[in-house]
Amino acid sequence: MKHANIYIDNEKLSVPESMTIMEAAETIGIRIPRLCYHPQLSIEGACRVCIVQVEGSNKYMTSCSAKVWEGMRVKTNSPEIRQARRDIVELIIDNHPMECQTCERDGNCELQNLAYSQGVRDRLFEGKRKLHPLESSSASVIRNAEKCVLCRRCVRVCAEIQGIHNLSQLHRGFNTVVSPAFEAGMADSVCINCGQCINVCPTAAFLEKPHTERIWRALENPDLFVIAHIAPAIRAAIGEGFNLPPGTPCTGQTVTALRRLGFDAVFDTNFGADLTIVEEANELVHRLEKNENLPLLTSCSPGWIKFMEHFYPELIPHASTCKSPMQMLSTLLKTYYAEKKGIDPQNIYVVGVMPCVAKKFEIERPEQQSPEGYPYTDAVVTTRELIWMIKAYGIDFTRLPESDFDHPLGYSTGAADLFGTTGGVMEAALRTAAEKLTGKPLTELNFEDVRQVEGLKEATIQVGKLSLNVAVANGLTNAKIILEKVKAGEKQYHLIELMACPGGCIGGGGQPYPPDGYYVLDPEINKLRAKALYNIDQAKSIRKSHENPYILKLYEEFLKEPGSHKAHELLHTTYTPREPKGIK
Amino acid sequence: MSDHTKLDSEIIKFIDECREKEHADSYLIAVLHKIQGKYGYLSDVHMHEVAQRLQVPSSTVSGVATFYHFFRLQPKGKYHISLCLGTACFVKGADKILEAFRSELGIELGETTSDKLFSLECSRCLGVCALAPVVTINDQVYSKVSPTQAAELINKARFEEAA
Amino acid sequence: MGQALHYYDALKQFIEARRQQSGLAEKILIQVGSATCEKAAGSDLVMKEFQKLIRASGRDDILIKQTGCTGRCAREPIVGVFFPGQIPIKYERVTIDRVQTIFQEHILQGITVPEFVLDKKTDKRYDYVITVCSSEKCRHTKADPEKMIMDALVKEGVPDGTVRIFGGGCFGLCANDQAGKQQVMMVFPERVIYTFETDEQLEEIIHSHFSQKQIHSKYLTQADFITEQFFSMYGDVSFFNKQTRLTLRNSGLIDPESLVDYVMNKGYEGLAKVLEKDDPSWVIDEILKSGLRGRGGGGFPTGEKWKNAITYTNDPTKYVVCNADEGDPGAFMDRSALEGDPFIILEGMTIGAFAIGARRGFIYVRAEYPLAIERLEKAIAKARENNLLGENIMNSGFDFDIEIRLGAGAFVCGEETALMLSIEGKRGQPRLRPPYPTQSGLWGHPTVINNVETWANVPTIILYGAEWFSRIGTAKSKGTKVFALAGKVRNTGLVEVPMGTTLKEIIFDIGGGIPENRKLKAVQTGGPSGGCIPIDKLDTPVDYDELAKLGSIMGSGGMIVLDESDCMVQTAKFFLEFTQSESCGKCVPCREGTLRMLEILERIVSGNGQMDDITKLERLSRMIQKASLCGLGMTAPNPVMSALENFREEFIIHITEKRCPSHRCAQLIRYEIIEEKCTGCTLCARRCPATCITGRPRQVHFIDQKACIKCGECFNVCKFDAVFKI
Repeated sequence: MKHANIYIDNEKLSVPESMTIMEAAETIGIRIPRLCYHPQLSIEGACRVCIVQVEGSNKYMTSCSAKVWEGMRVKTNSPEIRQARRDIVELIIDNHPMECQTCERDGNCELQNLAYSQGVRDRLFEGKRKLHPLESSSASVIRNAEKCVLCRRCVRVCAEIQGIHNLSQLHRGFNTVVSPAFEAGMADSVCINCGQCINVCPTAAFLEKPHTERIWRALENPDLFVIAHIAPAIRAAIGEGFNLPPGTPCTGQTVTALRRLGFDAVFDTNFGADLTIVEEANELVHRLEKNENLPLLTSCSPGWIKFMEHFYPELIPHASTCKSPMQMLSTLLKTYYAEKKGIDPQNIYVVGVMPCVAKKFEIERPEQQSPEGYPYTDAVVTTRELIWMIKAYGIDFTRLPESDFDHPLGYSTGAADLFGTTGGVMEAALRTAAEKLTGKPLTELNFEDVRQVEGLKEATIQVGKLSLNVAVANGLTNAKIILEKVKAGEKQYHLIELMACPGGCIGGGGQPYPPDGYYVLDPEINKLRAKALYNIDQAKSIRKSHENPYILKLYEEFLKEPGSHKAHELLHTTYTPREPKGIK
Repeated sequence: MSDHTKLDSEIIKFIDECREKEHADSYLIAVLHKIQGKYGYLSDVHMHEVAQRLQVPSSTVSGVATFYHFFRLQPKGKYHISLCLGTACFVKGADKILEAFRSELGIELGETTSDKLFSLECSRCLGVCALAPVVTINDQVYSKVSPTQAAELINKARFEEAA
Repeated sequence: MGQALHYYDALKQFIEARRQQSGLAEKILIQVGSATCEKAAGSDLVMKEFQKLIRASGRDDILIKQTGCTGRCAREPIVGVFFPGQIPIKYERVTIDRVQTIFQEHILQGITVPEFVLDKKTDKRYDYVITVCSSEKCRHTKADPEKMIMDALVKEGVPDGTVRIFGGGCFGLCANDQAGKQQVMMVFPERVIYTFETDEQLEEIIHSHFSQKQIHSKYLTQADFITEQFFSMYGDVSFFNKQTRLTLRNSGLIDPESLVDYVMNKGYEGLAKVLEKDDPSWVIDEILKSGLRGRGGGGFPTGEKWKNAITYTNDPTKYVVCNADEGDPGAFMDRSALEGDPFIILEGMTIGAFAIGARRGFIYVRAEYPLAIERLEKAIAKARENNLLGENIMNSGFDFDIEIRLGAGAFVCGEETALMLSIEGKRGQPRLRPPYPTQSGLWGHPTVINNVETWANVPTIILYGAEWFSRIGTAKSKGTKVFALAGKVRNTGLVEVPMGTTLKEIIFDIGGGIPENRKLKAVQTGGPSGGCIPIDKLDTPVDYDELAKLGSIMGSGGMIVLDESDCMVQTAKFFLEFTQSESCGKCVPCREGTLRMLEILERIVSGNGQMDDITKLERLSRMIQKASLCGLGMTAPNPVMSALENFREEFIIHITEKRCPSHRCAQLIRYEIIEEKCTGCTLCARRCPATCITGRPRQVHFIDQKACIKCGECFNVCKFDAVFKI
């Protein structure tokens, strides 16, 4: 690689010629202010916050896009450039509602931080401000265009990472607004509710639809038995909300915190995950035997499911009919558990604590309601919302003692923990399916071939005499690639794990905004979170879902056997093609 | 009267031809021109159909249709008045002409009268600056228009409609 | 002989033979202007009327045809009448009534109708017309050429009233070292060009030509005279004869839809030459040597751009693009060129495509130009039919085709990266550069984008040589530039002048000065990206660098003349309103900054300005100029900055005295009644729509300033000049 000798703020350095000024500056510890830039997305160069002065050029250059050249002399902090940068940030602020104190992102807003660091202490150019109504048609995602700074990160993540192209800038100039096509509500669009727009938004232009208020009310209601259950990805990320390093496992503290908030019982969504594996492995074995509807496509990610309904309705027969772990557990809570405890299911209030905003949509799907018409899950809070609830209660999370889940639906195997990361469902399913297919116990439980998948990975797993062609995809642009291959029929795939969010649930749309030193969608954060889950798995004595003693008991007492009539009634679901149709 | 919910077969044929070509999605603007030429404006239903037929995301179609001011998203009036607000026209008093149309029709720029008879729009420079100020009503160009003449044009159209 | 020249000669022979057959040379020709502007003025009706009259007359020796616009928009429709062997006559503002008269008197009886003649210059028909070069730059330095010839004619005894003499623009005939030494003149109707150095030589010519009726071959210039056709038609009109028409040379002369006309005017000879030579690097060299710079705004050397497209890449797929998204308010030369001579653009692009190795080209044209689109479509079809586009052009083995893509009303699409995205069917929002289009353009392939006028120069340069082209213009700005002259000037329209012509010459010699005896205040060039040039800098020669020094730009060639009744704050606000409403919305400085600037200007014109508003305007301007993403944003503050630099006092008066010196800002105008003059006629009170004027009959009236809506009605109706506007 050719290197260039350059000067940044009079410091001489030698960096590869392929580097941008911004990257070069970072090597010597200068973090040039930025807004629209995102390392995982295409370069936009629109906010102009990262401008620098380059000797010989009478215009400023955006350091996110300008590559270094031999002999380049850069000033990142002259009075002139600082004033220009300050004025640019003020111009953004001038067209932004001044309601920081009442804003959800107060304290972790990138625009607020910029205004502070760039020294916008007064408003020189204040004038007309854009006005847009709040758009809250979606069950999952709220759009507040007034807070939008038009950085297009959401548009880019939706198109480039997710391949949805639901969002675009409409109109132009000062009237530009980010919206789904034809200014439709998010509910009437191809939005799959993954919530990555919320993650990448530097302000509060996108937020999850809050369920906290209805939970507070439920907790207050003495007639209700309020249950929380937490998804695997929560325990690996929640600590970040309390200044713990990413990847700090916090299962026990989270259980304690939920009890302190007043939940009558706290279960583990992992139990649902173990159950899902047993049902899904059964489904796979059946399909392999009959050689029909292969590959089997996993169904635990509600974002992926909605994507399939909009974009690949022709593949619906391939999707596993298994409900997601959350819905399996919630269903059992209002049937099996209610029966056991002698509580009227109507008086049970179930809250899912999820890294996911699509779950908020999932619980409202008509096919996910009980025959009596009540929802199995009453509310879903994201990791972010739970962090806020804990803070609102004044609970000092880091000093909480650890405690155990309630029983019997609180016990899970190591396989279930893996659900939180990409490749995890695949690995858990293989552990169970392999034993079912061969009838022999596995010697090696770790399927390294499907771990730490960055986007898309294919593998062939030898199970006895069978060669299983499997694939794992996270992020829907990757899903498209593998699905197109499936449709082209070049190769017979048997099992494909699909997760809407990059990195799987640990990178979900409801996860904490990144701590200092990391950025949103940072693969480094996801690696640390995944590592926590792998460690939990490794440390457990039972690591195969079908060996979970409580699952075995559940079948014995209630469901009879995997794929039984009752299991189908309660644990399986259906999918329907959706309008508007997505463009592949 | 053409069916306003489905695209005309001629336009569908045009889209199909575009799909055969290299960079089919690049013909989006051309397709939208055709639709506007046929129906006078771009309806959401038509744009949705374009997205499906041309296999371009709806958000792109919508983004493009709203970016370019030539595209109308509402039906035109029977008399579509387009007023040039270019430099020369401005210098020659186009603002006064605009005021005359506004008060005569009771609508703002970009709007259509409730009887669907008139719609008012400003255009970019039409390139006939020497004849400023210029007004076009449907395809007819009127040059060196005065505020009084503007009112007369409206009244003449109203008279013809009444007759 | 190679394939291309062979093909071209065959084509020309074929066309010539057809022309001979038709006996065109012996017929009376009526030419009706037919461009958007002409049509707006009613040329379609005129055309129909002539056709009707020709049919009614039963004559078969009268032909009628359409032609493009000459740029004299204010006098349109223009009709030319050609009698074989006679000096053509041009009529202006031809209405149906005039058609009747012209047909009856001129066509049928051969008597010119002087009162309708263009610019009323020719009140009499002369036997001869002499157009003599009077270009300030290169004419004979010793004498006034017009007087010199007149003296010689008198001396020879040529009867008074038989010869008319005009001073004309640069003929483009003299080599640089000959400039100032020799004199060039053209004599009609023979259309011969004489070059002479001394009085004696002139006398020799006059004697031979006018007394002996013999063309004096000794001083005859054999040089291929590119603008001959144009001068022969329009050389006797002062608006035109100071111009040098290279790119517009066919506009207003030929039928734009006729390939025959184009070829007869040396069309496609340049391409034939290029294909015959079969050496792309020679073409690029010629363009480099010619010094041609982009006519669309920035003035980037065209040859260098072409070279870049082949230097940094070996991508076999390349494109050429013609930027015809002429969007500057006040500019219409591209429309006129496309409507008047579409083939020259096609030829230019084909030559460019050959040079860089492109096989596909696009013309991106505004949807607001339906006639231009139609003419281009027809021209492309005809070029394809005649093997001038498509596969194996002129049997040379070179393949190239052109597609038209329509814009849809976005000024920013004139910016090259936005234009490319628009061709790709996307929102026309500029993207970051680098990479430049020549590295990564349409669909990621190297792309050369030039504007209409630039492409129109290419065939001419190839035909007459880079050396010839580089003689015209100034040291760093070569060739001619077309301007759309508009605003407060008598002769509005299109003018093409050599680079280096001063603003004064354009406005006064060609434009005829300011109407209504008002005073010139400033000239705005470069449209919304340019600036205002004040009156004391009118001697500035028009060239890229000189205009830039004054804080303006050449731009695509809009030139708006402002007089004392124009308010500079309003003018700055007008242009900013334009850029603000055309901002694509991508980058913060332009999207947000231009609105804030506009708000400040609105405060100032409504009397709410503060002195620190000027500081704020300048602070925002400097930031926007340096920090915006694209050229549109970077230049958006120019009209404001240049107004502040040259007319700062006017801003200060608006702010501190709450007064508009030009009486243009409605909210700063006050009407008052002068007691001494008011007769108490009550007319103003009766006409006042706000009923804010009170007073008894025959007593002095008063205006209630609070209720006044400043409509100006009292001022307009008062017969005694008793209403005073402040």
